[in-house]
This record gives sequence, structure tokens and C-alpha cells, in this order.
Amino acid sequence: MGKVKCECGHVNPHGTILCESCGRALTEEAQREKLHDMRYEGSARRSQTYNKTIIDKVWNFFSSVKVGIWLIVLTLIASSIGTIFPQKLFIPNNVSPETYYEDTYGVAGKIYYTLGFYDLYNSIWFIGLIAAIGVSLVICSLDRVIPLYRALKNQRVARHSSFMKKQRLFTSKEGTLQSGELDKVKEKLKSKRYHIREEEGSLLAEKGRFSRWGPYINHIGLIIFLIGAMLRSTEGMYTDAMLWIREGETLEIPGTQGEYYLKNEKFTIENYDEKKDPEVFKEALKRTGGVVKNYQTDAVLYRDENRDLPGAKPKLVKVKDAEIRVNEPLKFDKFALYQDSYSKDEMKAMEFALADKATQKEAGRVKIDLFNPKDTYDLGKGYKVEIIGYYPDYDGIGSDGEPKTKSPLPNNPAFLFKMISPEHPKGEISFTAIRQTLEPVGKTDYKMEFRGIETRNISALTVRKDLTLWILGLGGAIFMIGVIQGAYWNHRRLWIREINGEIYVAAHTNKNWHGLKREINSVIEGTSVPIPEDQQG
Amino acid sequence: MNKKKKRLVIRSIILAILAIAVGYTFYSNLTKEARGNLKEGDQAPDFVLTDLSGKERQLSDYKGKGVFLNFWGSWCEPCKKEMPHMEKLSKEFKEQGVEVLAVNVGDSELQTKKFAKQYGLTFPIAIDSTKEVQDAYGINPLPATFMISPDGKVEQIVIGGLVKEEQVRALFEKVKP
Repeated sequence: MGKVKCECGHVNPHGTILCESCGRALTEEAQREKLHDMRYEGSARRSQTYNKTIIDKVWNFFSSVKVGIWLIVLTLIASSIGTIFPQKLFIPNNVSPETYYEDTYGVAGKIYYTLGFYDLYNSIWFIGLIAAIGVSLVICSLDRVIPLYRALKNQRVARHSSFMKKQRLFTSKEGTLQSGELDKVKEKLKSKRYHIREEEGSLLAEKGRFSRWGPYINHIGLIIFLIGAMLRSTEGMYTDAMLWIREGETLEIPGTQGEYYLKNEKFTIENYDEKKDPEVFKEALKRTGGVVKNYQTDAVLYRDENRDLPGAKPKLVKVKDAEIRVNEPLKFDKFALYQDSYSKDEMKAMEFALADKATQKEAGRVKIDLFNPKDTYDLGKGYKVEIIGYYPDYDGIGSDGEPKTKSPLPNNPAFLFKMISPEHPKGEISFTAIRQTLEPVGKTDYKMEFRGIETRNISALTVRKDLTLWILGLGGAIFMIGVIQGAYWNHRRLWIREINGEIYVAAHTNKNWHGLKREINSVIEGTSVPIPEDQQG
Repeated sequence: MNKKKKRLVIRSIILAILAIAVGYTFYSNLTKEARGNLKEGDQAPDFVLTDLSGKERQLSDYKGKGVFLNFWGSWCEPCKKEMPHMEKLSKEFKEQGVEVLAVNVGDSELQTKKFAKQYGLTFPIAIDSTKEVQDAYGINPLPATFMISPDGKVEQIVIGGLVKEEQVRALFEKVKP
């Protein structure tokens, strides 16, 4: 498989369709066609000609645009199937996806789960498809841009008559080129920023060649974008975590490897005020009853100087105070904390009064921290309250006769109290829950009367770190440059040549034929050079 | 001929680079889930917690001994069921070099103490109030038991309750030095 030598003397790579230099058709097929396909200038896509080793075969497979389009279509179909049932992220988090899909959607759900559609973006074959698109993008581009570059670099001014005839815009007329007339045409072409090359009676005017590189620049941008996306799964490059933090709590910020801690001082929700805020909100306020103006977490950021083992006491050094609002994250060391959600009024403490049932007299009050209750509360003068049992999320009495708690969260606190008074130094037992008091071991003279409750809010913050963002931005910018380059500029060429007493005029553009025609008309009009006609349709 | 060889080399290099990139993407995506979650055979993450008696318990101090590391909560029914087995066998295996370390998840000190008293537990119990140790071990459902060998490796992970004494005994046997 050697080179192809054209009649004009230029040596072309094997597989060339139109001679790089003079444009003669080198294949029978090209000789037969009415108009030449100029997308790649008839250059040799070598991939389609060599097919020997396994490397070549792999290369050729990915070099096919058809394959590339199929990969994209398959990805689109897979993505749309992925929207039929909810993704794993959106199913209740207390159920296992393994059983959830089958239980909820039957056989279809089972298939959906088995094939990995339930977590599409993380399924092996979907990543495989995207990766194949990336590979196809690289190889398709390389396989076309290099021959195209060669063909445009090697093109000769004087193109063969057959090449000119098979351009979309073409005409021929008997006559000779008058040098005065040609000068006029050249002058006008120059004023339209064409580069002009001449070769004994032939002229090539060309502009905007760099528009042809637009698609390839665009592909480079896409590949950079894909690299950025690829790096997201690399440890330390990307964090997306949630931090639920109660007012008053200091917690390690997930994803920071124990380096940073956050204290939630206060979480507030502020509504628009009919009196203070401007008139414009009146309508909306009347309609909805309340519109939130601000969600805010007042927080303190600490750094742990110890960075010791998990569980070890951190040595916290304050970094800064921050007010975290929606769209106004707390930023530090490549991390950002965004106000995401909240939960209002979680019970924090309860207050009870130890009271004599008969006289209603209070012997004293106890305030119980629901997250850290004490053993004994001494009220003085022989009055004492002991906590025998604490059930933060009381859920009835179990089969063993013991009160049960559903969770460690104080959603429905209940207590087993021992009330000690001068009359009952051994104590009386009372079981006290919200709106419920039981006396499990006999009637009591005293009772624990509910007096009040203290609540606090929980703020939910999104912890985000994204070191790939600039790569994605760069890829996106290059992508757009490629689009603009290919879309706003056209590669236009005009050939004028005298062959055996005939004037040949041909023109080509990669897009916007109408614009090319208008430009040529204005250039040639009023000279003896004929205006090329559209041979298509 | 020479040129064709050159092309083959260039193509091979480009394909190799692409294959490495794709391979890396697969690797990092497929290990993303597993990352942070302990597997059997991994080194057990060291931690330090204060137990109910006020004594600091650091996992690496147990080097040379097997450790029955149990995460539990007082509201968790299966946790209650396995406690008596753990208590009984902890005494039996103490001389044989296997220690029990129980880490409470979510309860207050009061509840933990009452629980320990009610079940007559004598092995050390520590409260992981900051949830840092849970995070290090990737604890979600309770109970969770990690059998740690004398050289500090996770020998076995059991998620869920241990119902039978033989089951627990087999675990103890596994990490005997």
C-alpha cells in the first residue's frame, strides 16, 4: 500500500480521494460523483484504509463517526430510561434498593435494579459509554484534523478543471482573462480581506480558514471537560456532604479529615414584615400568610490543632465567625458551607415541678437536659428527684413490661422518676410522658407536673469542595471558543483560472452559501469574469 | 514501511493513554462507594474514647490482644439480646487474650450507665458522643461488631444482632492471639 502519485506530480497519502495539490479525483467513485464532498477536502482518512493489527482495528472502530453517533444515541436512551423510576438517591433511605425496586415496581423494578439503572451515573456500563464517547471524540478528531490540515496546506493555486467543475458554485465561459479586469477583482477581494495567491493565469482567494478548526477546538474543550468530570471521583478533589448541626453543638466538618470544626451559635428564619418591608410584598404576604426573607446560621469556624485520633478531644482554635445565608456560603480553605435546610424546634430540655397532689404545693422544679440528663436532682429540704429510666423517643411498653424507645432522639421523651420527699424518704415511682402519667407501683402523693419546654433549631449545611471546577470552566470556555470559531466565521475560497481559452470560476464555503454568493457577486459584477452558479438544486 | 511502523507506535501510545484514563475512571468510580467503608482485612482505624469509669481507651493499646469491638445503642433491641453473651464470654476469654470494647452510639451517659447496670456489664463501655468513631468505622445500622486481630486488622465484620452464644464464641475464637 504505497502512496498515490497524481498526474500533476504531487504524492498523496494512500486513501486520498482528491489530490491535495491540484484537486484531481483519484478514486473512481470520486470521478463519478456530480459534486465533490468537500467536508474533509477529499483527504485520506487513513484509518479506513489500514486494517492490519489489533491496534488498527480498535483505532478504526473509534474513528467512525457512525460509531460515535451510536454511542451518543445509546447514552441518551440510557439516560431517559434512567428517569422512569426514581434514582437511588431519591428512594427512602431506610430501605435497601435491592428490595425496594422489586417491591414497588414488580418485575420491571427488578430488571431496572439488576441492570444498574437505579444508580445510572455510577453504573459500570454507563461510565463505559461515556468513556467510549471520549475515546471516539479523540480518535475521530485526530483522524480528520491532521489530513484536513495537510490538504489545506498543500493545496495548489491552479486546481484541475475536473475539481473546479465539481464544486457547488461553478461556471465556465469562453474568453481570456484580461489583466486589468483581474486586477479589479483582486482589488475588491483584498478589500474583503481575502488572501490572494496567483500562479500564471490562476488565482486563489481564500479567507477564514481557521473556521475549519472550530469543531476540533470544540472537541478539545469537551475532552478537557470530561477530564474534569473524571477527576471528581478522585479522592480529595470533590466533596459533597451534609452537616446537620444543632444550635450550641460543635461538630467536625465532614470531608475535612478532622481539620475543621463548626459551632452552630444560632439558626434563624426571618419573615418579611408587613410594616417594615416595602409595599411590594403586601399582596404576596396577604395571599400566603408569610414569606421567608432569610435563613441564617450564625456559626464559628474552628481548626483542630491536635488532629488526633477519632474520638480524641480536639484542640480548637477559632478561625472566624460567619453568618451563613442562602447563596452566601462560608468559604474556607477550598471548602464552602451552604445553608441548605433546617429543622425547627427540636426539644432540648424539659421542666417539671415536683408537686403535692393534694395541696398543689410545689416543692421545687427540675430542668432536665434531654441530651444529658442527670442522675439526681436535689431540691433541698429533703426533696429529691431521681431518674430511674429515660426514654427519649417513647414508644409504649414492651412485652417485657419495660418502656421502649424508638430512637435516641428526644421526639417524645418519657421518664421513670423516683420522687423523694420528707414523707416518702424511700421514694415514690412515677412514669411521666407527654400528656400521660402512670403510677406503675401504686398511688403516689406527689407528682411530676409538666412546666415547660426548651427547644432549639437544627441547621443543615451542605459541605462542598470542588477542585475540578476550573477544569470544567476551562473546558467549557474552549468548547465555546470552538463553537464561535466554527459558527461566526466561514472558510471561503474562490478559484479563477483560464484553461484552453475558457475562463473557469469556482467557489467553496464550509457554510452559508448564500453569503458566499452575495460576496462573489459584488466582487465580480461589472467585470468580464463570469459569476459562478449554484449547481445544487 | 518505516512510516507505517511509526503510525502504529503513535496509535498504540494514544490508545494506551486513553486506556489508562478510562481505566483510572473505572477504578476511582468503583472504589468511591467502598472508600471510607471498612472491609475485612483492612487495618482497623485507631481511636481513643473515654469509658464510663473515666479511663481512656485507645484501640492501639490492645495490640497483641484480640478485640471484640461492638457498637450499640440502648434503643436497639438486637443490641440488648447479644449483651448477655458478650458479658459471659468476655470473662471467659479475658485470660485468653480477647477483650471486649463496647462503643455506645447516641445515648446519654445516664442511659448508658443505667443500661450497663441493668445488664450487669463489666467490660469497658465508651460513648462516642461526637460520632467521630462511628464515621471512621462507617456505622449505619446497629448493632455492628468488628473482630480485630492481635495485629490490628479487621478480621470479621458482623452487622446485625448475634443471637446465639456459639456464634459469639466463634467470633472470640477467631481473634485469639
